[in-house]
Amino acid sequence: DLLCGTQETPKKTKFGPLADQDRIFTNLYGRHDWRLKGALRRGDWYKTKEILDKGVDWILNEIKVSGLRGRGGAGFPTGMKWSFMNKPSDGRPKYLVVNADEGEPGTCKDREIMRHDPHKLIEGCLVAGRAMGARAAYIYIRGEFYNESSNLQVAINEAYAAGLIGRNACGSGYDFDVFVMRGAGAYICGEETALIESIEGKQGKPRLKPPFPADVGVFGCPTTVANVETVAVAPTICRRGGTWFLSFGRERNSGTKLFNISGHVNNPCTVEEEMSIPLKELIERHAGGVRGGWDNLLCVIPGGSSTPLIPRHVCDTVLMDFDALIQAQTGLGTAALIVMDKSTDVIRAIARLIEFYKHESCGQCTPCREGVDWMNKMMWRFVKGDAQSAEIDMIWEISKQIEGHTICALGDGAAWPVQGLIRHFRPLMENRIADFKQKQQARA
Amino acid sequence: MFFSSTLRSAVSNAARHVRSLHQTSARAGAGGLFVHRDTPANNPETPFEFTPENMKRVDAIINNYPEGHKAAATIPVLDLAQRQHGWLPISAMNKVAEILGVAPMRVYEVATFYTMFLRQPVGKYHIQICTTTPCMLCDSDSILEAIQNKLGIKVGETTADQLFTLTEVECLGACVNAPMVQINDNYYEDLKPSDIEQIINELKADRVPPPGPRSGRFSCEPAGGLTSLTEPPPGPGFGVRPDL
Repeated sequence: DLLCGTQETPKKTKFGPLADQDRIFTNLYGRHDWRLKGALRRGDWYKTKEILDKGVDWILNEIKVSGLRGRGGAGFPTGMKWSFMNKPSDGRPKYLVVNADEGEPGTCKDREIMRHDPHKLIEGCLVAGRAMGARAAYIYIRGEFYNESSNLQVAINEAYAAGLIGRNACGSGYDFDVFVMRGAGAYICGEETALIESIEGKQGKPRLKPPFPADVGVFGCPTTVANVETVAVAPTICRRGGTWFLSFGRERNSGTKLFNISGHVNNPCTVEEEMSIPLKELIERHAGGVRGGWDNLLCVIPGGSSTPLIPRHVCDTVLMDFDALIQAQTGLGTAALIVMDKSTDVIRAIARLIEFYKHESCGQCTPCREGVDWMNKMMWRFVKGDAQSAEIDMIWEISKQIEGHTICALGDGAAWPVQGLIRHFRPLMENRIADFKQKQQARA
Repeated sequence: MFFSSTLRSAVSNAARHVRSLHQTSARAGAGGLFVHRDTPANNPETPFEFTPENMKRVDAIINNYPEGHKAAATIPVLDLAQRQHGWLPISAMNKVAEILGVAPMRVYEVATFYTMFLRQPVGKYHIQICTTTPCMLCDSDSILEAIQNKLGIKVGETTADQLFTLTEVECLGACVNAPMVQINDNYYEDLKPSDIEQIINELKADRVPPPGPRSGRFSCEPAGGLTSLTEPPPGPGFGVRPDL
């Protein structure tokens, strides 16, 4: 057993590249049929009845052994999260909610799963739902993804028609429904409690936690909100074994992950790779390298816009997993790399991100509603250089007053990019302020 | 005193008029003015009824949710009303409130919170350009400029023939295919300025171009050739543990 054998077997030190036979999302690029026939041919829905028959404890144990961590950005251990629902029913039905409201700038992985491999997600809903004792799954997909939600609905209809979900799903005696709910354009609805509010037909304003969704969730019933990728890899983990999934990546950062590489690379793409792969290798192998060569790299935002940026010298050696990036004072988030080369006006890039957070703030709590708007106004002045040097410390302090003092993590998500910019590019900001002052004096 | 108060009211009236010149259609609908003011085209008497076919869809949507939670259908039913009518007059919101048995204010809350609900009319083709950082890094500025030059309108405005409305939106979730736009329900990705001009020409000729990347690749694979999934996918049972 791999877990007790770590003393004898040498720890893995080289991560990536992944062999095709170890890839879970075999139709990532949509080259094969995404419908039921094609999915069956690629191994979906194989022995699902047997997996369901193994029972709740077996499925939860496989997920725990695999070391799967949430793929939606927070990286919470999935086995633990799903087992929170494993308590005797108090009369209320339990629900699984799948978070397909992919709005984090840089992230576009769930869209590929939903339009090219929807049956993986549906089977995942069934397996995860069984593990939680859920009555039904609601897949909340962002409203802009009309064509993706259309593919997903067709796949769900096929699954119902084939008896794979619905009454007596896969012949296991377990009833399970899957519903698609389309959102209407709000990034904040990607937050789990805001998503629950949105499903209930209200404004997507997050709730305070506690009570956690596992106690009081959608329609007042115990709910687990999980990301599309987390749910979609669950059946493959159960089929090929938790220890197989554990064999990829470093300890506590196991498995495979979909990476989105965008920005100033030669071939922006989405690719499934092993966790803990070095960032440099990931960009050079799959995205054709940085535009103008690796030496032209300025910085990278490693995990979607909410994670602080990392400068070139960190990018040279950092590994793409949860722990390594936390050590580099950033985070893996959704593994959506935004690569910036030396031609970038990085202050403008971060200012645009803060504008994004300002638009997307729900407006409930003061630190976010007022603070993010304030940071936005300051950031656009920093782009021009029309500021005082002391305002850099001021915006740092504002970001610290927002971070951790809000109802949900959007405040943190807005504060971190600013902190990353100041931590690594303060001299650039100071220079711009000095230049602006010089120009003003020259004009006067 | 009399003078200064008339001056003040004249200035504020003028300011309100100036503001209304800037509050052009879709800008006011999504994130703009949240207060509803009755106009001849948009008031509680504006005719709106669901077609019988759409009423069947409304019933199907309501059935997705548990008993006693009809309010949960607010967002999908509002979306259906918008698809039928083109935009959402206040009478449509009142109708949705009536069907779902909720107070109209609850529906107004939802309609003003979500950016895809358009509370002012839009053109036949609603061009939504993403200018968030990943697209901005890939030069979405030049695409925005190309659209503005081609159509002669600024962000938030509609062309005189009511065909095109241009809005700037936040991240649309297609970042590896940057820069891109969304026109009605379709994504047009991997754009160069010449691409978007071509797309607008097609739409003017009443032909909807197929969605997707314009650079020749199919979806999100690396444009320089596949670096993964180069072998045919394994079939069912591959690598499956023996004890299943």
